[in-house]
Amino acid sequence: MSQLRLLVGTRKGAFILTSDGVRKEWSVTGPHFAGWEIYHLKGSPVDPNRIYASQTSGWFGQVVQRSDDGGQTWSPISNKFPYDGVPGTHQWYDGTPHPWEFKRVWHIEPSLTCPDTLYAGVEDAALFRSTDAGQSWNELSGLRTHGTGPAWQPGAGGMCLHTILLDPTNHDRIFVAISAAGAFRTDNGGKSWKPINQGLHSLYIPDPTAEVGHCVHHMALHPSRPQTLFMQKHWDVMRTDDAGDSWHEISGNLPTDFGFVIDVHAHEPETLYVVPIKSDSEHFPLDGQLRVYRSRSGGNDWEALTKGLPQSNCYVNVLRDAMAVDSLDSCGVYFGTTGGQVYASSDAGDNWQAIVHDLPAVLSVEVQTLP
Amino acid sequence: MSTSTSRVRVELPAHLRHLANVGREVDLTIVGPVTQRTILDALEARYTMLEGTIRDHKTKLRRPFVRFFACEEDLSHLLPDDPLPDAVALGEEPFLIVGAIAGG
Repeated sequence: MSQLRLLVGTRKGAFILTSDGVRKEWSVTGPHFAGWEIYHLKGSPVDPNRIYASQTSGWFGQVVQRSDDGGQTWSPISNKFPYDGVPGTHQWYDGTPHPWEFKRVWHIEPSLTCPDTLYAGVEDAALFRSTDAGQSWNELSGLRTHGTGPAWQPGAGGMCLHTILLDPTNHDRIFVAISAAGAFRTDNGGKSWKPINQGLHSLYIPDPTAEVGHCVHHMALHPSRPQTLFMQKHWDVMRTDDAGDSWHEISGNLPTDFGFVIDVHAHEPETLYVVPIKSDSEHFPLDGQLRVYRSRSGGNDWEALTKGLPQSNCYVNVLRDAMAVDSLDSCGVYFGTTGGQVYASSDAGDNWQAIVHDLPAVLSVEVQTLP
Repeated sequence: MSTSTSRVRVELPAHLRHLANVGREVDLTIVGPVTQRTILDALEARYTMLEGTIRDHKTKLRRPFVRFFACEEDLSHLLPDDPLPDAVALGEEPFLIVGAIAGG
């Protein structure tokens, strides 16, 4: 029977939850790296026992860890993320130029084909790659230097590269998203990049249809259709079917189209999940009711999923990297909240249970489906 | 010309102790003058995982929320090459690396 391993990053450490394929009983280990903020953990698809973790602290900076035994033991790997050349400036909150400064790693994306290759999305926004299992990092500086970089500006959470999507059918194609610059694509393995924000409309920036400046919160794709991307923007849920060359809105009947997470069913490329959040100034669910919304038609038509989720007095948030799906026949869906709950559904979202209640605020959730 | 050698005691904050997998204090051998720079150079040489956690990789400047105390004094604002108190150089008092009080 398959095993599930859930990798949960929180404000005060990492937790690893495991279960069998039934997904009813879960055991919890942790906190790993107690007291540190764990922005993200992710396992290699090639070698699932190899897991990378971004460990960070306002006091002691960035540490990156690697486990080669499924999270039982860890070793620090390189935390040197040198920008290529003279990094130059981006816009600061007040519009003045501000030097690029490394702050932390938001997201780690292991290669789909090589366990020693991985990508790191960092703040201030840049993409780094390691080809030696994290012993050293090199910036793919064509992204930061392609021309619009000086116009990028931080969002409230900082100017972070938080989403990295690898095209499983074309190893030279990578998509990334940056708050608050937008989405970008490379078709040559990271040498050169182009903004892919046509069709986005953001009322909170001076030119709502600008080439860059959009606050993309998260993106997702289904591996069978890498031309199709789904995006939860600051406001608006969006879709592209041409690898980002043009986007259109699919918010449809959502009660609010603000939110952070978005994900795609493991076996149904037109089934999507979002968690609507009331607004950019009120980061909690509408009416105190925690509801996942599912579309089975690729967007626009959404249904509320509520069974097992709190439907009163719930004022948590669900952050951008805090949703994941497993690949069992009946797709499991998981998300974590800033209230420290991790909810799981073993039936594609119809029914939910809190598999852990009282963790520190959850920053990220990833799931590994193990043989 | 002879170069002096000192054995210095360094006390780490809990987060860095766990990261380096050491106890509260580590002993370091310093060749030459005992300064913030020579202590941190020796500390990072022995515990490479601490690189970047106390001072910036490139500028070698102290991270803003890290403090250096010894002999009941805040030595954080000394220059990196300023000599530290004799009691530190003689191993009588530890050089304390402290996470600054912050937050509520």
